[in-house]
Amino acid sequence: MNIDTSGSGAFIIIAIMALVTLATRWGGVFIMSFIPIGRRVQLFISAMSGSVLIAVLAPLAVTGDNGARAALLTTAVIMLIVKKPLPAIAAGIAAAALVRAL
Amino acid sequence: MQPIEKSITTLELSDVWGGFKQLMPISLFVVIFGLAFGLAAAQTGLSEASSLTMSALVFAGASQFAVLEQWGDQVPLIPLVITVFAVNARHLLMGATLFPWVRDLPLAKRYGVMFVVSDANWAMSMQAFSRGEPGLGLLLGGGIALWAAWLLGSWLGLHFGNEIHDPVSLGLDMVMGCFLLAMVVGGQKNLRMFVVWSVAACSSLLAYRYLPPNSHVVVGALAGGLLGAFWMDDKK
Repeated sequence: MNIDTSGSGAFIIIAIMALVTLATRWGGVFIMSFIPIGRRVQLFISAMSGSVLIAVLAPLAVTGDNGARAALLTTAVIMLIVKKPLPAIAAGIAAAALVRAL
Repeated sequence: MQPIEKSITTLELSDVWGGFKQLMPISLFVVIFGLAFGLAAAQTGLSEASSLTMSALVFAGASQFAVLEQWGDQVPLIPLVITVFAVNARHLLMGATLFPWVRDLPLAKRYGVMFVVSDANWAMSMQAFSRGEPGLGLLLGGGIALWAAWLLGSWLGLHFGNEIHDPVSLGLDMVMGCFLLAMVVGGQKNLRMFVVWSVAACSSLLAYRYLPPNSHVVVGALAGGLLGAFWMDDKK
């Protein structure tokens, strides 16, 4: 089934996107409200929260260009040293721009 | 994770304003993302009204870019739903991780704050909660800041997008990656978490390589979460 993008079709597509996205925003909280939160579930949640970020970042680091790798490496190092996110992010972006300009 | 105190789950107007202000700096970067989206949407042939409605109602950048890839005279329904769901499935996990802190809120507030959950405000609020500090203001106020920035950026992109010729050469595509990494590095660090993260990274890479597109975040996160659940912390 296809939806025309002309006229009101575009807004039907956007409405579908909005509903699916809202389902993902609400779904996690909704499902958890049926699960008793014991020790093991707490450990699952706390391990998963860092793992979400790692799972987003790993392919970026491995399949990205040298600029992407330089950005991530610089961010990690500066973050470990100064422990403030904004300088770390700014340095990471600068590193990507620098490597790509070379 | 410690037993949850009531005080760190307060959600007064002042908490929301505080969260809004704390997410302002990163929101400036989000404006630039939004700009890139507005430009891409205009080049794909979306009208101004459609582009802005999409940014306002969907508010999930990666999925919006993914749909632009599929945009033509017609858009196939099933691939549309699958793409948006897969790219945004990480919200399910983020919602699950937030549950312990939103469960005591009344239903309307509980689902109300979830309207604006996205990567940056979620990461900031989880970090606050793990330090025992209030995080719901960061979640809602920060989410509103990010949403406004995303919408503003989309509008700027539609009108002035051609001014930025090459965002990649300026490193701007790495803003969110660097932000999320800063959140990881700033969080709890010990051998157990390091092993959990390594498993998450390897699973994510394997899924990225061998499983359907966009499945890697969910696979990596669940793998890390399961290892964490079955490998008990000896300290407690």
